[in-house]
Amino acid sequence: MIERYTYKERLCHWLAGFSYLYCLATGLAFYSPYLFWMAIVLGGGPTSRFWHPFIGLLFFVGAMWMHHIWRGDVQIGAADRAWLDKAGDYATNRDDLVPPQDRFNAGQKLYYWAMFYGVFLLLASGLFMWFPEYIPFNLRWIRPIMVVLHEAAALLTIGAFIIHVYMSLLTVPGSLTAMVQGWVTNDWARTHHRLWFLRVSGQSHKE
Amino acid sequence: MANGPLEIKAISGHAGSVPGRDTSRDYSVAKLIDVTTCIGCKACEVACLEWNGYPFRETVFDNTYQTMPDLAWNYYNLIRFNEHVAEDGTFSWLMRKDGCLHCADPGCLKACPADGAIVQYANGIVDFQQDHCIGCQYCVTGCPFNIPKFNSETKKVHKCTLCSDRVGAGLEPACIKACPTGCLHFGTKEDMLVLADQRVTQLKEHSSHKNAGVYDPSGVGGTHVMYVLHDIEHPELYGGLPKDPQIPLLVRIWKGPLKWLGNVAMVGGILGAALHYLKFGPKEVVKEADKP
Repeated sequence: MIERYTYKERLCHWLAGFSYLYCLATGLAFYSPYLFWMAIVLGGGPTSRFWHPFIGLLFFVGAMWMHHIWRGDVQIGAADRAWLDKAGDYATNRDDLVPPQDRFNAGQKLYYWAMFYGVFLLLASGLFMWFPEYIPFNLRWIRPIMVVLHEAAALLTIGAFIIHVYMSLLTVPGSLTAMVQGWVTNDWARTHHRLWFLRVSGQSHKE
Repeated sequence: MANGPLEIKAISGHAGSVPGRDTSRDYSVAKLIDVTTCIGCKACEVACLEWNGYPFRETVFDNTYQTMPDLAWNYYNLIRFNEHVAEDGTFSWLMRKDGCLHCADPGCLKACPADGAIVQYANGIVDFQQDHCIGCQYCVTGCPFNIPKFNSETKKVHKCTLCSDRVGAGLEPACIKACPTGCLHFGTKEDMLVLADQRVTQLKEHSSHKNAGVYDPSGVGGTHVMYVLHDIEHPELYGGLPKDPQIPLLVRIWKGPLKWLGNVAMVGGILGAALHYLKFGPKEVVKEADKP
């Protein structure tokens, strides 16, 4: 056994995760009439509209905290470019052809940066959408730009989020346990993050 | 209003054709505001408040006769005053009753995400249903006329209802009833267009207003509140009435192609993940003991 994520990292991940999920569900409700039932389930349209921006701020806080914790682990370097060349092999489970990775592989890092830039776009456009009554009428062209920007940024993060949830729940068994309980087996670490395993084994052994 | 389905089509033993057959029976209603006969008395403002049950709110003086600079959530009807000096030095004092125009293609309704918060009746009235309003103000983004106003306490948006509650009972809107000069008219859209054309012809023939015209902008599919203006070439002189109002292009893109692109991408992403799992399945952890 080896510790994959500390308590602080797990707390931060789930703060960001659950606040994102809330914003996703209420946001999709406002996005499509066929998904408006999500707002009903979550307490009604007005309630969802009221809380969406506040929980959005919480997501931003979570994302900034996460950046503070993980900024050293998510920089993209030469090893990541080598991984990206072999991304096709990784996606088709020919993992023996993929170069060994450190704590996060390049796919995880790209997901991180998609969410990192996405949250800034969402915050900036979202502030305008929160208080549109303060935008003067002669600057009204700002309003639809912010709405379209907000939706485009949301769709970008949703695309990344679908892959993130699929990979962590189904493709890489053990990921959810790692993010909930914190530990992974030595074999898991060696298989998926060999460089990280070699770097930390001997220091972080629990058994 | 004619009862369409029970309109008589054939009569037994009746000499000649069915009386009234093939005449137009239009449900569509319209308000016609002839600004050339408006005296700015604001009786319509008071009637609007009375009928809708709002107390009079504080006024804001801005060096004109205008009650306040803009419409408010509990003030659907505002006379806008503008002192205009033409190129030839002639002076005109322009007054226009501002309020919702009840577009045939309403940008507010197109933009609204809340089920049932905005409805458009067959007679053309566009009505906000505050019970269903979620307070997002997308309608404010969709409207090219700066009409919907937000109540920040109740988080609901309000605007002129064209007195849908009165019209439904066969009455004219409250403002029409209050107007002392007869500059406000109410009837079927067709009749109001005829009346408007007559007035425009009269203005052109018997006055110096050779550019008189009817404001019924086609960019929003025509409106159920129309104006007769002295100068149809310059509607913006009347307190900023837009010359060619349109639902913002980005609102159309947002509610059209972007929506479909997003839907296809999201469903495609989930479907793609499912198919990928069926084909490739999970990654296997290599046991240390298995390594060569």
